[in-house]
Formats: sequence, structure tokens, C-alpha cells
Amino acid sequence: MLFPLAKKGSPCRVVITGAGIVTGLGLGWRTNADGFRAGRNAFRKVTRFDVSRQRAQIAAEVDLPPNPPSTRLSRSARARLSPSASMLLFAAHEAWTQSGWQPGENLPLMLGTTSGAMSLGEAYLRQAMESPRSKRRQPTRVIHYQIQREALNVCDAFGFSGPITIIANACASGANALGHAWELLRSGRVERVFAGGYDALCQLTFSGFDSLQALSADPCRPFDAHRNGLTLGEGAAMFALETLDSARRRNAEILGEITGYGASTDIHHLTQPHPAGDAAFAAMTAACAAAATTPEQVDYVNAHGTATVQNDGPEALAISRWAGACAATLPVSSTKASIGHLLGGAGAVEAAVCLMALREQWLPPQIGTGTADPACAFSLVREPKDARINVALTNSFGFGGANASLLLRRWS
Amino acid sequence: MSAILIRGIGAVSPAGWGVPALRDALEKEIALPTQPIVRPGWTQPLLNRPVPPCTTRPACLSYPRLRRTGALTHHVVASAFEAMGEDAAKIQAGKIRIGIIVCLMAGNVAYSRRFYEETLRDPASASPMIFPETVFNAPASHLAACLNSTQATHTIVGDDGTFLQGVALGADWIANGQVDSAVVIGAEEMDWIVADALRLFHPQTIHGAGAGALYLTATPGEPTLAKLNCVTDSFLFTADQSRADAARNMRAQLPSCVLREVLCPSTQGISKLDAPEHHAWLDWQGPRRLTRTVLGQAFAASAAWQCVAACDAIQCAAFSAANVSVLGVNQQAIGARFARTAF
Repeated sequence: MLFPLAKKGSPCRVVITGAGIVTGLGLGWRTNADGFRAGRNAFRKVTRFDVSRQRAQIAAEVDLPPNPPSTRLSRSARARLSPSASMLLFAAHEAWTQSGWQPGENLPLMLGTTSGAMSLGEAYLRQAMESPRSKRRQPTRVIHYQIQREALNVCDAFGFSGPITIIANACASGANALGHAWELLRSGRVERVFAGGYDALCQLTFSGFDSLQALSADPCRPFDAHRNGLTLGEGAAMFALETLDSARRRNAEILGEITGYGASTDIHHLTQPHPAGDAAFAAMTAACAAAATTPEQVDYVNAHGTATVQNDGPEALAISRWAGACAATLPVSSTKASIGHLLGGAGAVEAAVCLMALREQWLPPQIGTGTADPACAFSLVREPKDARINVALTNSFGFGGANASLLLRRWS
Repeated sequence: MSAILIRGIGAVSPAGWGVPALRDALEKEIALPTQPIVRPGWTQPLLNRPVPPCTTRPACLSYPRLRRTGALTHHVVASAFEAMGEDAAKIQAGKIRIGIIVCLMAGNVAYSRRFYEETLRDPASASPMIFPETVFNAPASHLAACLNSTQATHTIVGDDGTFLQGVALGADWIANGQVDSAVVIGAEEMDWIVADALRLFHPQTIHGAGAGALYLTATPGEPTLAKLNCVTDSFLFTADQSRADAARNMRAQLPSCVLREVLCPSTQGISKLDAPEHHAWLDWQGPRRLTRTVLGQAFAASAAWQCVAACDAIQCAAFSAANVSVLGVNQQAIGARFARTAF
């Protein structure tokens, strides 16, 4: 039953036993870790759709191999995958393989996304307007446009059953999906959850941010005093999450631990946070409270840092207020400077970046920033560097004021 | 754990604005008339069941935040405020912590289509006023703003059954003490693009629009409509589980028919589409409330109307319990059961 669920006594610890990542830097953990360590960015002119009439024309596109990974999906199903479904499948395959999980489990799937296979929806509309009487490929587009179909692909690919929960809380979606999975595992009502987030570039979203003049024509510069907008990216990250008891029973390799999650809603404006950053502060505070961790114990913050005028200032204020006396020495970076803003996938991908940093003991840099915004009372990480970090916090704040923070801990 | 109680229900539907209009339409058991909607490039219009204009605009729609919003947000806000009733003022005053869960399948399709059409014509003139409203969670955000609520606000996307997942999530939040109450809304809006897409799969399917809302609390001693007994597992339509299997498995988690109980199924009166659910409930001898046959196919909103009808039947028709069965369009079979409370 989804309700009521039997409850266990004390909260369970939630560990990560598999992680998969796809970004503009490449496919897989190693490629991405090397890319961040080298301070690369993945921005280039968009090729997936026509941007010739847009003000901004760059993004961090993913180069997808011609064939998706080998799974239980049939050849015809694999051939029908949209770019977003392919990215999701690549990330899921890496996480699933690493976890050592077996097919046949009754395993919840939690996904965050904002637009799923929007490119198929766009193709549907174009044909419906240009050739109103033609039905060619239209039923397929309708079926595979829907986000739940992409989620079902993941279930079919690895041979497990749901329930499937798809959270669409704008740019916080991926973090919310992981947070929701964390809450479910922590309560002890399930032992394993497959969770993550993804989004692919699409013309509607690209044009939307361009219409808001929120896109920068050049690679974005988060927290720069002269920042002029975000740069979009695409990708996915998936995690095999389980209770510590479950992982130990299987003798699984533990990659890290999720210790806290906080969510809040900023009701100031549909597209702008409150200038004081109260909701961001509330999300970070709630995540720390859930983890019984103080800001002094946090060694790195992966900021939401979109490089828009409206977002970074309030977030900087919120981080400084939350960190208090230790703000000046707190390392903070926005890795959107390397891979762009992945929207619904951002929270999950940035959690994977935090996990890399914790596993490999380095700080992900925020490249390209010149003069820091005076609101940044913390230490911006501008170059890749080795560091001892045990706890990392990642922020995701979205349209509509959906705010989420996740706290991850190094497993040693 | 405290019982999860249904304190209020709300509905915006092709029958009109409010639960009484929905109730009247369901009692008559006659399919509401269809209306044409223009489909560009065709002389033959598409048929659908839209929400009629409201004769008296609900007061909750006068919030400044709702100025640029579309039909979907209006449906969400109006049904939620109807369900919350007098508690809305307490929520706005910060006396009740509320969780908001909006469940959608097609979502903000009208503004999305319009914005994309503008983009194709000339991206330089695509409206920045419209784009933010195309995002799935815009209606939930507006509702949170109207309620002055900074608690958790979730938008979950999936097929019809997602509404019942939302009900389970809201109940869970209350049971965990995260919030004092939760309002769960299933909503969809009308657009030719959805009606056109539905036609590809079955020409008899009539697209509807609107929203339904349940207001959940755990506070005893206040008037309530019903108690949430259970939400079944979600049985997915996968390579290993057919729609018929999923429907049977869902049915098996709900009790046998007894006197004074009602069934609110998701059948549309289209035998080919209804067959798996129909077979799963062959043993049911009791009365049924056929919301979709009367109101049309509006995905998450339809599932919400089923739950609203179930709670309303317990309250008004004195049924001891009501079972809701949802066989979604392409994701899951899921059910729920509501029972009479002592109040």
C-alpha cells in the first residue's frame, strides 16, 4: 500500500551505492570528474535546433553516442528514445551497474524533470500545424513525449517495478526527487530507491529563457559582479540509494551518504526569489537540522548560482547568513559555469558533482568569474584544487519558488 | 498514527464551478453535451467538454498574483479554496501549516502551445509574460502565494493515477508531522492540441477540463466528510505487467462489495478502453458513480473528480464507504478507499 505504510522506529541512514552522470562534459563519472578537475566548460553553439534568431546561441550540449547502453529494452524501444530519454538511460545504466542491484525488485523510481521529452512535443505541434491531416509518427510522439513513458523505459530497461514518482518543481526537481527518496528511505518503509533528475535542451525552454533575457550570450559567470545571465545545459544523474542496513547486508561499496534535505517555497514572485533570500536560508537550515549538522561542519557548498542578476544576490546573502561566522572561509562554487543550468536535472547532477568532490577530495571550480559580487562574503572556488572535505551542501532553487537543499557526507 | 480525514472537497468541471454542479451532473447520469473546438487546418472541429464560464467569479481568483495566469491555475486555485473552505483564512494567517500537491499530466498546455507557436514565428517576439506560466509548477506556486504558505509545495506529473499518489503523499506529510494539513489537486485544461492527440488513439474519447481537490487533515473533532482508509500500491504497465494484470492486482487490494458501498471507476463508456478495468471489477454488485462518462477524460482532474464524488457520496448519499479505481492512460492502475467517519 502507498498509504498507510508501516513505520519503523528510529530513522535509517541513507547511503549511495551507485551513481551515474551525463553532462556536456561527457558521459560517466570519470569523464565528468576529469572535466571539472581540469576546469573545462562544455559550451558551444547549439546544434539541436535553430538558434539563428535568438539573442543567445550557446549551451552545454551532450554528445550522445549513436547507440544507447545495452539493457532489457528492445531494439525498437531503444531506437525510439528521445535525447532526454537517452541521457536518462545512460546515467541510469551507470548507477544501476555500479549498485549491483538485480532485476525483479519492487523498487520505487523517483525522478525530477521540467520538460522530459519536450522535443517530441515540439515536433508534434509543428507537424500538426504544417500538415494537419498527416498522422505520420504522431501517435509515437504523443506516447513518448510523456514523462511517465520515459520513466517506464527505465523500469523496463532494468527490470524493476515502481511506483514511479515524477516531481516537476522546476529547477529544484532533481534535488526534490533525491530528497523525497531520502525521506522514504530514512523512514525505513523501503530499503532501496532509484532516484535522480534529467532534462534535455529544447527549443521552447531555450526560447523561453531568451525571451526573459535571462540567457547570457557568453558562458555564464555565476556570482560575478558583472554577470549577465545563465547558460543552459542538459544532462542527467541517477543514484542507487539504500538504507545502510541494506547496503551492508549486500556488502555493497558505499560511495557516500545523504544526511539531510530541506525544502521551502518562496512566494515572492513566480520567477524571482525574495531579495533577502529567506526561502533559500530556510531550505539550507532545514537540511542541516535534519542532518544534525551545523554550518561550521560543512566544507563545501555547491550553489545554485545561475549567474542571473536576480538569483545570485539573494543566494549569496542567504549563504552568508546561514554560514554565519564561518562564511569567510567557506568554499562555494557554482558548477553551472562548466556545464550550464540543467533545469530539472540540475539538483541531481550537482549532487553527483558533490559526491565526486567528497570521494576524490577536491573542490569543483567555478571558472570564468572575474570580480565577485560584493554580496559574496564567502570564498569562491575559482580554480580546481585538492581539499579535505567531509560534508557538502548543494542548493537548487527554481521558478515558482521551489527551493531544496541536500547535504551529503563522505563515506570513509 | 492519527487517521487522515477528508475535511473538504472542491471541483471545477464541465458541469460547472463547485461541487454542487458536479453532484447534480453525476446524479442525472447523462453525459454532458460536447462543444466544438477549432483545430487549425481542419474544417471539422474537435469535440470536447470545456469548463463553462463561471457565473459568479470566485473571490479567490482576485489575487493580484493571478493576473496573467491561465485556465489551469484558475481551476487549481478555485477547487483548492472550495475544498479548504474556512480553513483558507487560517492558513493565510499562518495558523495552519499546509502542504500543497498539484497533480498533472498535460499541464500548462495552452500557454506552452501558444509560446512555442510564437517562437516558431519569431523567437524575438515570443512573450516573456507567457513563458513562466508554461512551467509545470506555476499553478502550485500561485496557490502557495495566494495562501501565503512557505511549506513544501510539490507538482507531480504522470497519468491519471498520479492524483492518488498525491493523496498518499499528502497523507504521509501529515502523518509525519511535516504539515498540519494538505490540499491535493488534480487538474487539466482545454486545448485543441490535447483533444487532437486523444483523437489519434480513440475517436470516441472526449477531452474534458477542470480540477478536483481534497483537503486532508488529521485533526479530530472537526466536521469531516470521510476518512482515507488506504491508497493501494501503484501497479505499473510494464513489459512484465499488462494493463489487465495491473487492474486485477489493484482490485485485489480493495475489499469485496458490501452493502452501502459505492464504486467510482475510471471507465469512460468506451468498451475497448474500459475492458481491463471492467473485468477487474466484475464481482462488484453495488452502485457506481461514472464520472468520466458524464464529464469526459481529463486525466488527473478526472481521478480527482472520482475521489470528490466518492467523498460526496459518503456524505450526501450515506454510503458507508467508497472505492476509487483508476486505470490510467499509460502508467499505472491504482485505487483508494474512503470510509464514513463518526462525525
